[in-house]
Amino acid sequence: MMTNNPFSVLAETIPSVLLQGFVITMLALIVIGTVIQMIHHKNITYFFNNAKKAKLSATKDLGVGETTAVVLKTIVHDIATTSELGAGKRRVAHVLGMYGTILFWMATVVLIFFYTSSESITPNLWSMMWHVGAIMTCVGGYWFWLFLRVDVLSEAHPWYRIIKADLFVLALLACATFGLAWSYTQSLNLENRWDDKVFLTLYILSNIALFGGVYWSKFAHMIYKPGAAIQKNLAEADGSRDNLPPLADAPKQFGLGIKREQPKHY
Amino acid sequence: MSTFVYMTRCDGCGHCVDICPSDIMHIDENIRRAVNIEPNFCWECYSCVKACPNHAIDVRGYADFAPMGHSVRVRREEEKGTISWKIKFRNGTEKDFVSPITTKPWGKFIPKLAEGEKPNDGEINSQRLYTEPQGLNIDGELPSVPKDSFKKGVYY
Repeated sequence: MMTNNPFSVLAETIPSVLLQGFVITMLALIVIGTVIQMIHHKNITYFFNNAKKAKLSATKDLGVGETTAVVLKTIVHDIATTSELGAGKRRVAHVLGMYGTILFWMATVVLIFFYTSSESITPNLWSMMWHVGAIMTCVGGYWFWLFLRVDVLSEAHPWYRIIKADLFVLALLACATFGLAWSYTQSLNLENRWDDKVFLTLYILSNIALFGGVYWSKFAHMIYKPGAAIQKNLAEADGSRDNLPPLADAPKQFGLGIKREQPKHY
Repeated sequence: MSTFVYMTRCDGCGHCVDICPSDIMHIDENIRRAVNIEPNFCWECYSCVKACPNHAIDVRGYADFAPMGHSVRVRREEEKGTISWKIKFRNGTEKDFVSPITTKPWGKFIPKLAEGEKPNDGEINSQRLYTEPQGLNIDGELPSVPKDSFKKGVYY
């Protein structure tokens, strides 16, 4: 199963141009959703106005070198490891889900665009990447959805209570889960039975829901969240600090004596 | 004044939801970020502002002076055990304060009330609070103001 390219088997019955067209449509939906969301929520306007305001209270002019260093450090340290989530389960779950999804999507595009023709032989690496990505997404996503999301952890709502904010994570989990189930049933060689077709249909539907139906575009979030992290670190470096006080000039007095507790005292 | 959340900073960790004594910090159902659902009931205790690990919560000033550029922000550093405040006045004056969260290691010296003696009926019906006066480190009786020392001509 892990070395199976489900798209090349599918391409035996459906022209690969259709598969590629589907991927392009999904990409177009991401772009349209992101632009609409940015216009509607005025994120970019807010973001630049805030940056201008912060510059006024800066105590230090950052050169190009310093700015680049801060940006690079933010990308490597903050964005790539989602450090804003602190050290804990939420961060591990997010990193698993994030890199799993990146692998899953990247492998999907490569498998569909390069390895769906009848002459091509799919390298095991890409098929493995597709499956491993989906599994990582499932582990991180289900962990988050069942145990770690704030509605369950801090507000004590039951895990099966579904709200609009769950649309993204549930659609993503559905994509990964049905994708894996589709690949598995396909690899069983059930001789054209209904199983893999059902999972394929569910996989397609969950992709449409994920890319086209997300109420609050997660894709816009993927752009402005890193932007906000860069702005935060630039504000610390230029002294404006978003009006926050400087770090206290005090030694580490209590070490790990004062520990932040998990927010679950409902 | 009431709290509000910078959406770009909030990551929906739930610390403000957990700590809010008025139970008005909740998670938005559309975007899973913190939101003050009832600003009228916020009494500016700053608990959520201090608890937020991303400094995503701020306190909005009243409409008459809020546009004039004041700011009150706080930074909590647990490892150092400090709370730092930056007060920015409307005229541009800035003041920084640093104070300790506590002078004792966290989690120590917490009275183990469950292990203490149960108060008897007399103590339960008494005006005194549990462990008074010993709990206040007072030997003997609680201090009181004798009635004859009250102002004359005032009726109680």
